[in-house]
Amino acid sequence: MTQKNKHWNLSPAPESTGHISLKERYGVFIDGEFRMPDHGNVFSSVNPSTGEVLAEITESSSAEVDQAVAAARAAFTGEWSKMGGGERGKYLYRLARLLQEKSREFAVIESLDGGKPIRESRDVDVPLAAAHLFYYAGWADKLSYAFPNRSPRPLGVAGQIIPWNFPLLMAAWKIAPALATGNTVVLKPAETTSLTALKLAELIQEAGFPPGVVNVVTGHGNVGAAIVNHNDVDKVAFTGSTEVGKMIQKAIAGTNKRCTLELGGKAANIVFDDAAIDQAVEGIVNGIYFNQGHVCCAGSRLFVQESIHDELIEKLKHRMGTLIVGDPMDKNTDVGAINSQEQLATIEQYIEVGKQEGAEFYQPDCELPQVGFWCRPTLFTDVAQSNRRAQEDIFGPVLAVQTFRTVAEVIQKANNTPYGLSAGVWTDKGSKIFNMTSQMKAGVVWANTYNLFDPTSPFGGFKESGFGREGGLHGLSAYLEI
Amino acid sequence: MTVEESNKNSGENSAKSERLEVLKTYKMYIDGKFPRTESARYYQPVVNGSSLGNVCLASRKDVRNAVVAARSAQAGWSRRTAYNRAQILYRIAEMLEGRSQQFSEELVRQGLDVETAEIHVSQSIDRLIYYAGWCDKYQQVFSAVNPVASSHFNFSTLEPVGVVFTVASRDCPLLGLVSLIAPVIASGNTCVVLASEKCPLSAVTFAEVLATSDVPGGVVNILTGRIKELTEHFSRHLDVNAIACDGLEPGLNTEIKEFASENIKRVKIYHQDWSTEATANPYLIQDFCEVKTTWHPIEQISESGAAY
Repeated sequence: MTQKNKHWNLSPAPESTGHISLKERYGVFIDGEFRMPDHGNVFSSVNPSTGEVLAEITESSSAEVDQAVAAARAAFTGEWSKMGGGERGKYLYRLARLLQEKSREFAVIESLDGGKPIRESRDVDVPLAAAHLFYYAGWADKLSYAFPNRSPRPLGVAGQIIPWNFPLLMAAWKIAPALATGNTVVLKPAETTSLTALKLAELIQEAGFPPGVVNVVTGHGNVGAAIVNHNDVDKVAFTGSTEVGKMIQKAIAGTNKRCTLELGGKAANIVFDDAAIDQAVEGIVNGIYFNQGHVCCAGSRLFVQESIHDELIEKLKHRMGTLIVGDPMDKNTDVGAINSQEQLATIEQYIEVGKQEGAEFYQPDCELPQVGFWCRPTLFTDVAQSNRRAQEDIFGPVLAVQTFRTVAEVIQKANNTPYGLSAGVWTDKGSKIFNMTSQMKAGVVWANTYNLFDPTSPFGGFKESGFGREGGLHGLSAYLEI
Repeated sequence: MTVEESNKNSGENSAKSERLEVLKTYKMYIDGKFPRTESARYYQPVVNGSSLGNVCLASRKDVRNAVVAARSAQAGWSRRTAYNRAQILYRIAEMLEGRSQQFSEELVRQGLDVETAEIHVSQSIDRLIYYAGWCDKYQQVFSAVNPVASSHFNFSTLEPVGVVFTVASRDCPLLGLVSLIAPVIASGNTCVVLASEKCPLSAVTFAEVLATSDVPGGVVNILTGRIKELTEHFSRHLDVNAIACDGLEPGLNTEIKEFASENIKRVKIYHQDWSTEATANPYLIQDFCEVKTTWHPIEQISESGAAY
């Protein structure tokens, strides 16, 4: 697929796909083995940039969820909980190493299955996933140091439901702390991106984990619901939409299940007139167009101080014009394919609403591939606080720009949302940074940077962006009775 | 002394008294003031066959007024220095100490035996001092500088969750109340407290302590009334960030958690004997805090690893 761009004329640099190994059909991973169900209820995992079917995935039945939970319970009461923390950690270290060894294969499959640029899956998703496993492996025998005056105990069986935007990374975020703390896991990947979770199950098998410590069931929302509502699940960990998060919180209200929710966001990215503008422009682009904007912490609301608005928007448009949209497998690609037809329709609908609400609309005139699901990087300026694209989580490459004059005004506007996952601020003045970062109601605040992640760095939201943290020491308590 | 004498004598029409005792009106505490319920309704809690008096029966509107007061006070309270919050919590303990006899007698009226009442008052005072001490220390225990694998300074600190609705212990009217209010406000949260429906007197009198302790109006708001009437109103209130429930029946906890899901409130359920010292700990402060993580690049002039 050729890339055409008026600023850059780069030759195609496609990553090869010949080295990966995918089965035609995947069963569910229960009690240490892949089981091909007898019901034959399967669905296709499709490459969103070509429409090509990559593999058939099992739509798990409630019987399979039962089996997975039973296997996890047996593993929890058996070998896994009797094992010392040091040995538990060594399994995780092994898994981290295996993932590093096969990182290229995982990156390619991630980009094929989810549509994200190979540059991101290669440089962000896979290495960070391995780093998470490596980080939490080391906690397994050090838990008593994390909680002064306490003797933490694992919860039991953790049901974990993850989204399609960072399929492997989210699996690692969920599995690593759960196993390090001595729990066992039933994991459900999103239906459009099951492949790397299933490949991870193969690694878990290869690493020699005791059977049942990690189980992977695939399918749609009803499979997730079966996990959430299962009587023998002690803990629910969910990453996804706020809407589903509320349903989960309600569904388990009558139980003693523990819960962590990592939900939607509508982050404010705030640029002051004393910021380093070129760097801010890079941060804005990274903030909203990274991973096609399929990022819960995306900087989707840009607040620009009035005096630099015109200059900044001109630079931003220029930079948007250099973004290469297209084949995720091309190493030059900046913005890949939208994850699914359904998500593309949602984004396009928001863009239509945005136009009707009457803001100024801009997209670079880059060429898009003929097949697959694509959306150009999109910019709305002159947006009103009440506009839907300033309020709702679009989960696509759509940026809404507002202006402000004073610190008080922008803090009020930035916090005026039910969400509170992340925020960004750009200024060269230190005291202003700390004023902003301490006043913004968000779980992660990036100052003079954006969209960075690290296993040692706790991630999670305030308000309707959910509760609990993933990453760092603070990510442990979600899986422990303290 | 008049108040204490009246408390001592109430419920048994004292024939010996030469003068007519002055009975106390038990009002609510909202925004630093002592209003009656806007609904003008009352109820009469009865302990051991005798009425505790006419107590305000809070309405939905009272809940909403109290949440507005708590929200308005929250930013200012959380911006106080930790040292200042510590001194104010200590001041509450000082004021409580000075009125310990009144609290003991009131606890006896509400059904506790004399010895337990005195222990609970002492423990309540000590608990305030315990949490006063934590105000400028929990942050150092629970915060972290995170060694990220890039050129960034990255740290995580605790921030107050915001407005906390607190359903106080039914059977432990003073110690249970203090044991939840103190950790909730220590970090900069504000709260609306629903007093024990059965034994509301200590909560109201505690409000008088708060009002004379440099606690800014609106930081603690105290309502009296019926939990079943108010459950839906506070659990669904969109400007409440968290709910703390102590010793409720399971069905009520479920109802609260279901309503709470409408705006992802954090709900913490407690069932504990607050006279056990171990129930006082900084993890209770952490229960009503959010972790905020902040990133900033560290310049590396001579290297290629530009960190923006």
